Amino acid sequence: MAAHLSSGRVNLTALREAGRRELREFLDKCAGSKAIVWDEYLTGPFGLIAQYSLLKEHEVEKMFTLKPGRLPPADVKNIIFFVRPKLELMDIITDNVLREDRGRSPQRDFHILFVPRRSLLCEQWLKEQGVLGSFIHREQYSLDLIPFDGDLLSMESESAFKECYLESDQTSLYHAAKGLMTLQALYGTIPQIFGKGDCARHVANMMIRMKREFPGSQNSIFPVFDTLLLLDRNVDLLTPLATQLTYEGLIDEIYGIQNTYVKLPPEKFAPKKQGEGGKDLPTEPKKLQLNSAEELYAEIRDKNFNAVGSVLSKKAKIISAAFEERHHAKTVGEIKQFVSQLPHMQAARSSLANHTSIAELIKDITTSEDFFDNLTVEQEFMSGIDTDKVNNYIEDCIAQKHPLIKILRLVCLQSVCNSGLKQKVLDHYKREILQTYGYEHILTLNNLEKAGLLKPQTGGRNNYPTIRKTLRLWMDDVNEQNPNDISYVYSGYAPLSVRLAQLLARPGWRSIEEVLKMLPGPHFEERQQLPTGLQKKRQHGENRVTLVFFLGGVTYAEIAALRFLSQMEDGGTEYVIATTKLINGTTWIKSLMEKLEPAPF
Amino acid sequence: MSRARADEEEYWHSSKFRAFTFDDEDDELSQLKESKRAVNSLRDIVDDDDDDLERVSWSGEPVGSKCRCTVCSLERFRSLQDKLVLLDEAVAGHDGNVITAVLIFLKRTLRREILFRELEVRQVALCHLIHFLRETGEQKFLLDLLRFLDRTEEVAVSIPRSLNVEKRREFLKSCIGLPFSAEDTSHIQDHYTLLERQIIIEANDRHLEMAGQSELFRKYPRKASILNMPLVTTLFYSCFYHYTEAEGTFSSPSNLKKTFKIPDKQYVLTALAARAKLRAWGDVDALFTTKNWLGYTKKKAPIGFHRVVEILQRNSAPVQVLQEYVRLVEDVETRLSLATKYKCHDVVIETYRDLKDRIQLIAYKSKVERGSAEDEKINSILNNMQIRWKN
Repeated sequence: MAAHLSSGRVNLTALREAGRRELREFLDKCAGSKAIVWDEYLTGPFGLIAQYSLLKEHEVEKMFTLKPGRLPPADVKNIIFFVRPKLELMDIITDNVLREDRGRSPQRDFHILFVPRRSLLCEQWLKEQGVLGSFIHREQYSLDLIPFDGDLLSMESESAFKECYLESDQTSLYHAAKGLMTLQALYGTIPQIFGKGDCARHVANMMIRMKREFPGSQNSIFPVFDTLLLLDRNVDLLTPLATQLTYEGLIDEIYGIQNTYVKLPPEKFAPKKQGEGGKDLPTEPKKLQLNSAEELYAEIRDKNFNAVGSVLSKKAKIISAAFEERHHAKTVGEIKQFVSQLPHMQAARSSLANHTSIAELIKDITTSEDFFDNLTVEQEFMSGIDTDKVNNYIEDCIAQKHPLIKILRLVCLQSVCNSGLKQKVLDHYKREILQTYGYEHILTLNNLEKAGLLKPQTGGRNNYPTIRKTLRLWMDDVNEQNPNDISYVYSGYAPLSVRLAQLLARPGWRSIEEVLKMLPGPHFEERQQLPTGLQKKRQHGENRVTLVFFLGGVTYAEIAALRFLSQMEDGGTEYVIATTKLINGTTWIKSLMEKLEPAPF
Repeated sequence: MSRARADEEEYWHSSKFRAFTFDDEDDELSQLKESKRAVNSLRDIVDDDDDDLERVSWSGEPVGSKCRCTVCSLERFRSLQDKLVLLDEAVAGHDGNVITAVLIFLKRTLRREILFRELEVRQVALCHLIHFLRETGEQKFLLDLLRFLDRTEEVAVSIPRSLNVEKRREFLKSCIGLPFSAEDTSHIQDHYTLLERQIIIEANDRHLEMAGQSELFRKYPRKASILNMPLVTTLFYSCFYHYTEAEGTFSSPSNLKKTFKIPDKQYVLTALAARAKLRAWGDVDALFTTKNWLGYTKKKAPIGFHRVVEILQRNSAPVQVLQEYVRLVEDVETRLSLATKYKCHDVVIETYRDLKDRIQLIAYKSKVERGSAEDEKINSILNNMQIRWKN
C-alpha cells in the first residue's frame, strides 16, 4: 500500500506506521462509536497517514467538517474534534458544544485532538468560554514530518516562513526540531549536521539540547542518514520567485498540488465513447493523485517540460505495441500470459492518457505570449541584465492590471537579483502598485521588505553578480533533453540552495567561504556522538545519504534538482528532502500578504 | 483595592529586589535554576510529550488537574526580577506556547508601563506579544504598546478590521501627524485624501443617480460604490462619469491627476479606456492631439500607439477610427500586422507603397473586394510610373 514510500533509499513506511499507531491508540482511548469533526486544513495531511478504512476499523462511523452552529445528528457515543491549535477554531468548537442538546439521550462525549501540539492559549480560551470541562480526553497528535514520497517529507506548515522571518516566532522551528528527533529515533542519530542561516542554527541548537535533556534517547539503531543539512529559505530568496519549468513544477504553478493531489479542468478527461454525441460534459474537476507509485509519473515528473513530449510519444508506441501482441498470441499459454499482463497494460494506458492530457493543458499555457514574455523578463533578471532600472514589461502589466501576485513576484525577483532596488526605482514601483491595486497593499509591501524580498539597496553594493558567477548559477548552454547540470530545472538558472548542497558534498564549503559570507546567517557544522559500534562503515561505492531540510519552504524544481544529483553517476550522495512546506512563488508570496478587511459595503 | 494593598502591589511589581522567602538561598544561581525548572515544568504541561524515544510514542497524559498547577507554579514568581528571569528563560526555550503562557501571566500581573519598558529590550518576547494581541483582537492594548515603542508605521498599517468608512477616515487622519518615513507619509496622506474625495463623490453621484436627471447615469448605471476603490479605478470612474468637468471640482479627472500627481502615461491610458468604452471617439482624438507652436496639430502619445489600437479594438471601435491610430504605429512590422488583423486596408496599402513592395501589394488585392475603393486605390498605385518598386 505504501509503494511510493518504500521506493527510495530510506524506507519512510516506518514513519507512517508510527503515525498510524499513535492515531489508533487515541481512537481506542475514546471507546465506542465515534464521529470525527475535522478542521478542514488537516484532512489533506491526515490522508497521507491514514485512509478512512483505518478509521472505520476503530469505530469511526461519521465524519463532519468543523463549522459553526449545531453539530449534525449522529448516533455515536463520542464526538472527537481534530483541530489545529487556533483561536478561531476554538470559537467554533465552543459554539458546537454550547448548542449541543444536553437533553438528548444517550449523551455524547466530547474529546479534542490538537494537531500537532496542544496550546495553552487555546485551552485557556476554552476555559474562559466555560466549555473546557466538557472535554474528556484532550490530547495532542504530533504530526510533524509527514511522508509525501519515498524521499520527501513535509510539515505542511504554511505560516512557517512568515512566523520565522517576520514575527520572530520560532515555534515552527521547535516543531521541526521535534520532527527531527522523531526521525532519529526511527532511523538513528545523524552523525553530522551542517547548516546555513539563523533558523538553521536555532534548530541545530534545539536538537542538541533535546538530546541532552533526554539521555534515554540513545538508541541502538544503525544510522541511516550520514548528514543533515539545514538551510534557511532566506539564504536563497531567488529560487521560489522564478517560474518552475519541470513537469511537476509547472503542474504546481498552474493548478496547485495539495497533499499530492491536483484538481484539473475536466473537459480533457471526459471518456470518449463511440456513438455518444456530445453528452453532458463532467463539471466536477478531475482529481488525480501524483506520486512515485505511478511509473510514468515517476519518470517524467522531474524532467524539464520540453523533454516530456518525447517520453510520452515513446511510451505511446510501446503501449500500442504491447496491445498489438494479442494478435500474435497463438497458444493458450501465450494468450494466458497476455491476459495476465492486461491489468498492468491498462493501467499504463490510462496513466499515459492522463498525462498526455495534462501535458496538453500545460502546453497551452507555456506557448502563450504572456508566459513567454514573463519568462523572458525573469531570465533577464536572473542573468543580471537591467536589474537596476524600472522594467517596461512590469509597468505594462501593472497598467493592464495583471494579477497582483504576478507583479509582486517579478519586482521581488528584480530586487533580489540586484541586492535591493535603488530607492527611486523602488518608490516608483510601490507608487504604481498602490495606485493601481489600492493603498491597503502597503501592508503587504511592508512585509515583503521585512522578509528581504523587496527592499532598498543598502551599502550601494550588488552582491548578486559575484554570487552568480562564483556558484555558476546561470548556465547559458542548458541541455533540456539530456541535462548534465541542475540548471535544467529553470532552463538556465541553477537553484542557489541546491548548488550549496552540491558543493557541500563535493568539494566542501571551505571552497566557497567568501560567497557564504555574502549570504545571510551563520554557517556551521556540528557532530553528534554515536554509541560505539554504530559508527558507519561505508562500503566501497556506497553512496552517502544526506537529509536536506529547507526551513521556510521548498519548490518542486529544487526537489527535482536534488533528485538529479542523487542519480548522477559518481555523485556520491543520495538526497532525502524535508521541509516546513511545499511552496511555489504564488503560494509563498500569498502567505506574506496581509489579510485585507472585507469592504464595508 | 485598599491603599495598603495598592502599595503592596506597587512594591511587588516594581521592586528590583527579590522577594524574601524562608527557603531563601541568597544567590542568583538558585534563582536562575528556579526559573529554569518552572519553564521546564511549564513546557511539560504545555507540551505533553512522554518522550520515550525507544518506542517513539507521542502519547500525552490527560492534563485536567495540571492546568491549575500551571497558574500556581507561575504565581510563585512575585517580584519583577523573578518575572523577568522567567521570561528570559522562556524565550531561551524557543517554545512559542511557553513564551505566550508567561506573557499572559506578565500582562496580568505587571503594570503596563513596566511591561512595555521591559519588552522594549526583549525583541523576541515583544514579537510574541504583538502576535498574541493581534490574534485575540486586543486592539487598544496593541496600539498603546506600538505608540509606546514609537513603532508608528505599524500603528498606521494595523488598520483595524471591519472599520466603516467614516471611522477609517478618522483613523487615517490621526496617523498623518505621526513621524513616518517620507514615502510612507505621502502614501498615507494620499490614502486619506482619496478616501475623503471618494466620500464626497459617492454622496454627490448617488444623489444624481436617484434624481434621474443625468442621462449618463441613466444609460450606464453604476455597478458599485466608488468607496475604497484604488486610485486608478477612481480615475477611470471620473473619466467615465465626470470627464467634462473643470479642474475645480473634486470629481474631475484633471483634479485627480493634479492632486495625486498621476503620471501622463497612466492618465492617458485610463482616460482612453473610459472614453473608448463610451465610444466617444472625438474625446479619444483630443487626448492625442497637441498643437505645436506653429499652430499645427499633431498626434502623439506617452504610450505606444499599438496599445491605443489594442484598447480601441477591445471596445469595438469602428474601422475608420481604428485605422487612424494604426497608421500612427511607429514600428512598421507591428503596423502591418495590426492593420492586416483589423482589416485597415488603407493603412496596409499605404505601408506597402511606402515600402515599395510591389509583390505584397499585388498579393493584398485578393484581400479586398473587387471594384471597391481600396481595390481602385491599389490599382492606381500599381499604375503609378513614378514609384521605384524594389520588387
